Amino acid sequence: MSATAMPESTSWQGSFWLPQNASPLTGGQDALFYFIYYLSVFFFIVVVGFMVYFAWKYRKKKEGEKTPDIHGNTKLEIIWSVIPGILFIVIFIWGFRDWVSLNQPPQDAMEVRVTGRKWDWSFLDVKTGAETSDLFVPVNKAVLLTMSSADVIHGFYVPDFRINRDVLPTMYTKLWFKAEKEGNYPILCTQYCGTKHSQMVRYVRVVSEEEYQKQMIAAQGAGLTPAQLGKKIFEGKGACASCHSVTKERTRLVGPPLYGAYGTDHKILIPPSNKEETIKFDDNYIRKSILEPNYRGVPGYALIMPSYQGQLNDKELSALAEYIKSLKE
Amino acid sequence: MLTSHHDAGSNYLNAKKGFMSWLFTVDHKRIGIMYFVSIGVFFLVAGLFALLLRAELMQVRIPDATATSYMISADHYNEAFTFHGAIMVFLVIIPSIPATLGNFLLPLMIGAKDVAFPKLNLISYHLYIVGALFLVYTVAFGGLDTGWTFYTPYSTQTSTSVIAAVFGAFILGFASILTGVNFIVTVHKMRAPGMTWVRMPLFVWAIYATSVIQVLATPVVGVTLILVAIERLLGIGIFDSTLGGDPILFQNFFWFYSHPAVYIMILPAFGLVSEMITAHSRKSIFGYKAVAISSIGIAVIGFFVWGHHMFTSGQSALASVFFSLLTYGVAVPTAIKVFSWVATLYKGSISFTTPMCYTFVFLFLFLIGGLTGIFLGALSTDVHLHNTYFVVAHFHYVMMGGTIIAWIGAVFHWWPKMTGKKYSETWGIISSVVVFIGFNLTFFPQFVMGTRGMPRRYYDYLPEYYNFHLLSSIGSFVLAIGLFIVLFTWLHSIFYGEKETRSNPWRAKSIDWTDTAVVPIEHNFEKQPISSHGPYEFDELVKPAKAGEH
Repeated sequence: MSATAMPESTSWQGSFWLPQNASPLTGGQDALFYFIYYLSVFFFIVVVGFMVYFAWKYRKKKEGEKTPDIHGNTKLEIIWSVIPGILFIVIFIWGFRDWVSLNQPPQDAMEVRVTGRKWDWSFLDVKTGAETSDLFVPVNKAVLLTMSSADVIHGFYVPDFRINRDVLPTMYTKLWFKAEKEGNYPILCTQYCGTKHSQMVRYVRVVSEEEYQKQMIAAQGAGLTPAQLGKKIFEGKGACASCHSVTKERTRLVGPPLYGAYGTDHKILIPPSNKEETIKFDDNYIRKSILEPNYRGVPGYALIMPSYQGQLNDKELSALAEYIKSLKE
Repeated sequence: MLTSHHDAGSNYLNAKKGFMSWLFTVDHKRIGIMYFVSIGVFFLVAGLFALLLRAELMQVRIPDATATSYMISADHYNEAFTFHGAIMVFLVIIPSIPATLGNFLLPLMIGAKDVAFPKLNLISYHLYIVGALFLVYTVAFGGLDTGWTFYTPYSTQTSTSVIAAVFGAFILGFASILTGVNFIVTVHKMRAPGMTWVRMPLFVWAIYATSVIQVLATPVVGVTLILVAIERLLGIGIFDSTLGGDPILFQNFFWFYSHPAVYIMILPAFGLVSEMITAHSRKSIFGYKAVAISSIGIAVIGFFVWGHHMFTSGQSALASVFFSLLTYGVAVPTAIKVFSWVATLYKGSISFTTPMCYTFVFLFLFLIGGLTGIFLGALSTDVHLHNTYFVVAHFHYVMMGGTIIAWIGAVFHWWPKMTGKKYSETWGIISSVVVFIGFNLTFFPQFVMGTRGMPRRYYDYLPEYYNFHLLSSIGSFVLAIGLFIVLFTWLHSIFYGEKETRSNPWRAKSIDWTDTAVVPIEHNFEKQPISSHGPYEFDELVKPAKAGEH
């Protein structure tokens, strides 16, 4: 798994208008989509057809032409009010029926907790306790997602499943799907959330039952050293890698680079006066910066890091410190 | 009515001279012209931001991007789409028709010598400029990256200058409210003798309905934006859930205004189309009462559909059901209007003038905009399309293809009355064709991208959407060329155009044409007009107006 969300080149699978539908039972919206589509094409042709025909037939032939005094036609007006009215009611009811199934997950669904944060997703498999950056699910199994955000509002959207719902801070929203075909399906963020909104791309990886079990065991993190666990959190659950580079080049991303930072003297600004201070970049500094990032500023960077208070436990914080410590030659 | 004596050649343009005579005028016509120039400048600025966005999106992005393949940074991209949206909504489309043509035409159409409160009208304009300066400040100095929607908690957490921007929008809200109050009173109290409600031109009906929405809805967004500022400044939890607030509450407040605002934007355009389609086909409007009442119907029902912006937001699933049903309640009167316009053409005497060409462009584009709204109003299909380019394309077809196109067409239509000059019909028609092609090329591919799952406000995108983005970007340049042709046609007419000598070149039947001079005098009418017939009674044979005739 790569450090930051890395989309894959995919060939288009789907019709001209819609992507493939890998979870047809969720909402079953495609039938309604095409119903409205053909209705729209029909009415478009009728209205534009009449417009063009009238425009041509009744084009002005000479100055001062007399035109008939037509003020309306009650019968016609009633017809063209009632027919769209009936069609709209049909569409409404149809949309309502799909809506019910979209909002009613099957009883036997397996549960996954989803956390969105700037700017990555993490997934906690409820049964095994495994945490992953991509969502691994077995094929032909209903999945219920319980989602919340660690910071601002995000949107969880899988076009190939026709599911889309906002992910809110301090509240839970739910979605469900049942993928019927193995494959990798992109997850896109649909609620604008800042700098890397468009790069929050992860995948639903629909795999066989055996492969799913294998992935969960691997993800449970048995036998990792603290630094290895720290790396996993850094790239996965914490989404630290989307803002901090860890390579030798010390690439500038949204936040300061961390390579070689441990043990150095570090300049910080203390708000509100922004007085400059020098501090040792040590375990305590790392811990405090993760839990209360805005107690200080780093010269040249905006104060935008969200707090991880309550989201990482002591073991995880220590693991992150070990990992950052290991970033040196 | 007239107290001042004036020369034969005197009109509202030349009666007083100098910059100050414009800046502090209380003449509704001059205020309309000043709005027109100001809004035009902001339209140009917002358009340039749009071109910047489209140019950025022409390059394929992830997964092949390297540091050098980015034209502007992600943060600058986010600011650019915020500026484009905020300027277009708050400074251009909302005031576009009511503040320019509404100001210019409303008293002329009902036979009044000005609006009810001329000084209030001037204050509205000055407030507009002050509010605009706040937004200009954020563009130039502070930056703003929230999107025009200011969704919390992002807007209470970002480090960009949200406070200046919401304060600007708050002041602009007052400009809008005062204009609304002014117009409502004008329509109630200032109509000429004989001008009954059913003899009012449909543009007056549309402006009236619009004003009601402005007065009722705008205070809500004003208060909401102030609450965002309070939350940022004082840290009081209103919308930010970490402080105990509710982020969806903001969305409810915001759309409670911003959905009716859609009708503030489109209803005046409906009115203009009714005027243009009747004048250039020499036919009475088909179903006057249905068209007039549907404006009011849309204004009223439009207040109860805001939740259709929030089907995927996490709001109650049951609430969504009612919002969906009510949404279709607005769709019916809109459909009635479209059918009525097309039926008006039947057995007419249709001239292919520039305003008429723009009217045809409007009907074509608005029809697509309206039909694609049906996909978004249905609960289940909206889930797949929400916050994708399908939505972007839909509202551009309605707002740009509807409102802006009708506005441009109508400016051509009343151009002789406003300036006393003729414009080049050839270039006017060419502009409408180029705009039509450019518009469809820009926005139609966005429907396809959207149904295929391309989310909006994306700086980077998956490679499978590249071809559609490329087409859309090329289209945006064609559209820009079309709009520049419009600008040059107008500038050419002002500086080199032939003088208009006929007071009623389209031989229209409403008072703004029949009872005014070639260019209206300061107090609009030489003598009090009296309305003795409806605005569209073209059935009697009208002799072509002679040169120089008033």
